[in-house]
Amino acid sequence: MWKTILRRIMIMIPEVIILSLLVFLLAKAMPGDPFTGSINPKADPAQLHHLMKLNGLYDPWYQQYWNWVVHLFHGNLGNSYQYQEPVTRLIGSRAVNTLWLALFTTILTYCFALPMGMYAAKHEGKLPDSIIRVYTYVTYCIPFFVILVIGIWIFGYVLGWFPTTGSISSTATPGIGSIGSRFYHILLPGILGALFGTVNVVQYLRSEVIDAKRSDYVRTARSKGVPEKDIYKHHIFRNSLLPIAAFAGYSITGLLNGSLFTETVFSYPGMGLLFINSISYRDYTVITALVLIYGILNLLGTLLSDIILSIVDPRIRIE
Amino acid sequence: METTSDFLNIKDVNTAFKINGKYYDAISHINLTVHHDEILAIVGESGCGKSTLATTIMGLHDPSETKISGEIDFEGTDLLKLDEAGYNKFRGAKIGMIFQDPLSALNPLKRIEDQISEVMTYHTKLTAEQKHNRVLELLKEVGIVDPKRTAHQFPHQLSGGMRQRVIIAIAIACKPDLIIADEPTTALDVTIQAQILDVLRKIQAENHAGIILITHDLGVVAETADRVAVMYAGQIVEEGSVEQIFNTPKHPYTRSLLRSMPQRDNQNDDLYVIQGNVPSLQKMPQIGDRFAPRIPWVKPEEHEKNPTMHEIEPGHEVRCTCYKSFSFPDQVGSVKA
Repeated sequence: MWKTILRRIMIMIPEVIILSLLVFLLAKAMPGDPFTGSINPKADPAQLHHLMKLNGLYDPWYQQYWNWVVHLFHGNLGNSYQYQEPVTRLIGSRAVNTLWLALFTTILTYCFALPMGMYAAKHEGKLPDSIIRVYTYVTYCIPFFVILVIGIWIFGYVLGWFPTTGSISSTATPGIGSIGSRFYHILLPGILGALFGTVNVVQYLRSEVIDAKRSDYVRTARSKGVPEKDIYKHHIFRNSLLPIAAFAGYSITGLLNGSLFTETVFSYPGMGLLFINSISYRDYTVITALVLIYGILNLLGTLLSDIILSIVDPRIRIE
Repeated sequence: METTSDFLNIKDVNTAFKINGKYYDAISHINLTVHHDEILAIVGESGCGKSTLATTIMGLHDPSETKISGEIDFEGTDLLKLDEAGYNKFRGAKIGMIFQDPLSALNPLKRIEDQISEVMTYHTKLTAEQKHNRVLELLKEVGIVDPKRTAHQFPHQLSGGMRQRVIIAIAIACKPDLIIADEPTTALDVTIQAQILDVLRKIQAENHAGIILITHDLGVVAETADRVAVMYAGQIVEEGSVEQIFNTPKHPYTRSLLRSMPQRDNQNDDLYVIQGNVPSLQKMPQIGDRFAPRIPWVKPEEHEKNPTMHEIEPGHEVRCTCYKSFSFPDQVGSVKA
């Protein structure tokens, strides 16, 4: 078991190196530079060249890459050109916001999806199943940002139940009050994200349960005289949840992608919003750092999925 | 053949499946009796209703998709009148079932021990330790060399033959009176087949159980069974002792089946092939001899209008009257098709 995990981590090393190289080169390949937009248009071009030179932007790419990697190992991701602030601090404060939102969304997603998927499959072909299926198809067809905008309009604007921007209210008292306010601010984006996220899980789980219901081992269980209730508990649900559990690791990726939309639409100060902004400002150091973090989280997500799967499925347990 | 030891009486059982909103009979008017200490073989081609009969006895059909009528009298209880909870008292306890495909019939995520002891959880009051000991005992009984090790393993770690032994162990765990073995050896290679059949026979001798052995392998029947019921297109066409069926087969279908089996004295000839296929449920002829289209050289008047079972010897029954004049086209006195 540990050997497998160790081996997987070893494989990740070249993956991370290739990833970092790609990330760095792609960021460099973007047209434009970080300064033109932020200084006085009448400024002397020599001044601009001086700034570029000062920041090492005229060095050959491998040298720039090498400097970047060396700094990376010292925990230094450089300074943001836009905010004039260390990237680590910049990301750090926003990562917490994104983490809470993602965590809340994940928990809600599974809270909605698991009962829905199981219920639909158990009553396959009946009315509740049809309703759940229509819901999933409709939601699946609508782009995520449209759902977000409609959600904001109905619940934030028309009904006025939830705040529509930010992560905390400006009048929140420190301590318990601020936690409450923070939670209040992630409610709507979290619920909308979960409504969208449930679709895949519901459909997947539903078809897994239906397959399991008709499987030979369930027939064997019936022939043992196991009551229907226990058949679902011990055989069907457990076996159907297995791929869902394995899927959980990958879902990290989906959440981060989702955070790009959610945070932009809600002006929620997280990594997603920072990412979109830094792209528009050519804030190379922030872009590369964020893409690298996203990439590494992706790799960790797949690793997590593999580990979960090897724990729950004896067939891929490595002795 | 009627003795006092019969404990399973299947009377006029029909099972119909719903296909596109209409019900079609998969088995019709089945009458069968099973006694203690006997192996009743049910033979027939694929699609003739053998497995449907087995799952009907086990009550494994979804009531919203099937319509079952008739009576299955098991030790004085009509199984078809039971609800799910009532049926569960019989399934696994008094009736054990062995399935065709040992590769998929076990839950891939549960240890062998848990899968065997599960059946005891619902039908006995044994403690965990007693169950554990019984599992090891059962595994030994079905011929597994290292029961301790196997009990702790998962299905994918076992070979097909071992898995089938595990399934047999599950079926016999509560010493059932009736064991239904649905093609227990089909998925296994020949050497393992013989071992599995030996295990079945041994268990039967110990438990005085009655076994319904469903198979399309006449070799297995000849070797194992006491009585044989031949099924065709959802009906029993001939029933008798294994000697009667193999030595003096009457029904054209039984004779065709036997003739299409390789034997020592016909190894130089081409094997006989029965024309056509078993009709699908929707196309099943409802009147007349269902086998008639596959023996087209037999004149229509030789068939009964509504074929019934005729007893020709004690214990030997055959459906329709066409057997009296039936012969194969290449044999003397026959009309060429």
